[in-house]
Amino acid sequence: MNVTENTIAWWQLTPNILWTDWLIYLLLITVGGFIFYARRHEHLCAPWRQIMRRRLAMGSCIILLAFAVVGVLDSIHFRQAVEVKDDGAIRYSNETISLFDQLVLPLKNNTEKTYSSPFATHLYAKENVEAADGSISRDYPRLKHGGVHLLNSGMEKSDDIQSRVMTGIGHSALLMLLLIAVLVIWQSKKNTQTVTATLKVIWQGGHDGLPWKTIIVTVGAIVLLICLSRQLATVYHVFGTDKVGQDVFYLTLKSIRTGLVIGTLTTLIMLPFAIMLGIMAGYFRGWIDDVIQYIYTTLNSIPSVLLIVAAVLMIQVLIDNNPDVFATLQQRADVKLLALCFILGITSWTGLCRLLRGESLKLREADYIQAAQAFGVSHFKIITRHILPNVMHIVLILVVLDFSGLVLAEAVLSYVGVGVDPSMISWGNMINGARLEMAREPIVWWSLMAAFVFMLLLVLTANLFADAVRDAFDPRLRSQ
Amino acid sequence: MLAYIARRLMYAVPILIGVNLITFALFFVVNTPDNIARLQLGVKNVTPEAIQKWKANHGYDKPLLYNEEKSGTEALTDTIFYTKSVRLFVFDFGVSDEGRDISHDIQQRMWPSLAIAIPSLLVGLLVNISLSMLLAFFRGTYIDITGVITGVVLISISALFYIIGGQYIMSKLWHLVPISGYSEGVAGFKFLILPVAIAVIGGIGSGTRWYRTIFLEEINRDYVRTARAKGLSELRVLFRHVLKNAMIPILTGVVVIIPFLFMGSLLTESFFGIPGLGSYVIDAIHAQDFAIVRAMVFLGSVLYIIALILTDISYTLVDPRIRLA
Repeated sequence: MNVTENTIAWWQLTPNILWTDWLIYLLLITVGGFIFYARRHEHLCAPWRQIMRRRLAMGSCIILLAFAVVGVLDSIHFRQAVEVKDDGAIRYSNETISLFDQLVLPLKNNTEKTYSSPFATHLYAKENVEAADGSISRDYPRLKHGGVHLLNSGMEKSDDIQSRVMTGIGHSALLMLLLIAVLVIWQSKKNTQTVTATLKVIWQGGHDGLPWKTIIVTVGAIVLLICLSRQLATVYHVFGTDKVGQDVFYLTLKSIRTGLVIGTLTTLIMLPFAIMLGIMAGYFRGWIDDVIQYIYTTLNSIPSVLLIVAAVLMIQVLIDNNPDVFATLQQRADVKLLALCFILGITSWTGLCRLLRGESLKLREADYIQAAQAFGVSHFKIITRHILPNVMHIVLILVVLDFSGLVLAEAVLSYVGVGVDPSMISWGNMINGARLEMAREPIVWWSLMAAFVFMLLLVLTANLFADAVRDAFDPRLRSQ
Repeated sequence: MLAYIARRLMYAVPILIGVNLITFALFFVVNTPDNIARLQLGVKNVTPEAIQKWKANHGYDKPLLYNEEKSGTEALTDTIFYTKSVRLFVFDFGVSDEGRDISHDIQQRMWPSLAIAIPSLLVGLLVNISLSMLLAFFRGTYIDITGVITGVVLISISALFYIIGGQYIMSKLWHLVPISGYSEGVAGFKFLILPVAIAVIGGIGSGTRWYRTIFLEEINRDYVRTARAKGLSELRVLFRHVLKNAMIPILTGVVVIIPFLFMGSLLTESFFGIPGLGSYVIDAIHAQDFAIVRAMVFLGSVLYIIALILTDISYTLVDPRIRLA
């Protein structure tokens, strides 16, 4: 029996993939497939190359990728083994965690009793503390995890933070030097030029036109942040703790997945409807056009917030009345998230549908489509081979433009009470919880600030990237 | 013109019927009245008798679409669909699940909503137009670039932060205005300053961005070049020629939102404790009062259709080139 205790390793696990996880994998495969396809078609590559040459767009793209990596790591869910029985059967934990949780385990597990401010060593509120001699006094209790290593080393907090920051900077500098070296060697090999020539291209921006300096600075900033949080966040609560003592930094990082899911899956879900109906309305005209126009005008005429409210309320009642369908609380929250994406999708596909209808109306009169019709090509083939590729740029632009709006909408909806499940970690829920704490004295500002900074970073980079995509693919849409 | 409006109003009928059917399906088919009753009564009080009593009290005890027990037209009218959905067409919103008259509530709560929405719209318009004209005047310079980038940053900030931040700085730190509340008449003025200011600031990003593109589009037109060639100063060109023509898209854009001023803002009103229609909806959501939500959905759709018609009419009024047939 005591032998089996030792054999449990962290990799003994069983995957527990949620519904939204599957959709995220699907999205990744789609994006990967598109990249694979586009690489062989010059006309598809050209606008992307134009985007990548812009400094602001490239920087935003890298930051967005960093967010995406966190989101994807957080979408690989599994349950760990807790016990290996003698006959080899493994009992798994009831708690589903993600690969990201596993990577930041100290952040997840180091929970305190209640609020504590950033980098604090003591709790926010006074409590009865029992001293070593048994006497009880009223004081700020020591945190269980925040800065607990200071007790052993006897170092001052400020000195410790300083030395940890220096170590973090050192590590990131080393890493960056390594990365730059790899980059220089790779580029020299690829372009068959000397190392000095490559350095010059990187410094001045040379023939390939990529803003290498921006890339290096952005990647450097991300590496620095990772190194710093590796040094600091493991022993302190860098953004403090919330009401139930969870690390706010961990909550903010976990919220990234929720934001990304809402921003991407919503459009992924609505895309097939919008594209199919929009093109059909424009291509076939007549009564099909009338019916489709009627459907989207009707949906559009309901104020979107109210439609979302009504639908979410209904789904909540539906889920609450059928609790046995979903095994765990997490699955329930996941289904609610998916439902929210569906509902947001229903309210937001009409704009795309109308644009596609207009474009198809124009395209169906084009010579090459008239020619295809004259040759007797089937409607289905004309739509998929000739019309669809020619409206894809509109789809892409709207998908990218919608993303930031959806991330912002999540926060508002959570406040209104029709957003993601209250048990799900999201920026909306963080803000909603922190809002009530503004009245406390001294004020609890850190949850709000952390959610604010991360949300701003994600939405701002998404907006900047979206602008670049729009300019590259269709400058005419600029006026909208 | 009158014929056109009449025709547009005719078009509105099938759309409103569609909206009505969607809300009916959402509220009564996806969830049966039993579910709603169970939710309203709470876990403790659920007994079959209590559910029946609640349904009878609120008029949910009828069949959904067809009442077999009655004869003639009664078979159709004595149903949930007729009493709860069809009656909306004559703006009979019925009573809320709490037992209050919804039409009366809406009429009362409309005014506080307007007291916030109208000043926000007017001040916002003034600020956005002035700022975007400033950017258009300095187009291509660093002032313009800084302005555009600031605009993107402002858009990227969630509306929640504008409200929370504004309340914290203005009311808690500086004690300039009350943090929330509302009162009628002149005394209520001090309650309105902060919500209006925050609504204006929150809208600067998107408003300025949009108006700037409108101005830049006009500024490259031939008539503007002609005006400059005549020797007019840039300021005069901007105010006398560009502004006048740019007002066409700006005004029609404003007309679209006028009907929605009645609906109020969900966030602003609930944060500042203003008893308008926005907080009415929020309260209804928290209390899960479906009757109110249903009424507001219908009202919103009616206002949307009015907005569409108003927009078309305003196009003909400001731009004589467009004729409605």
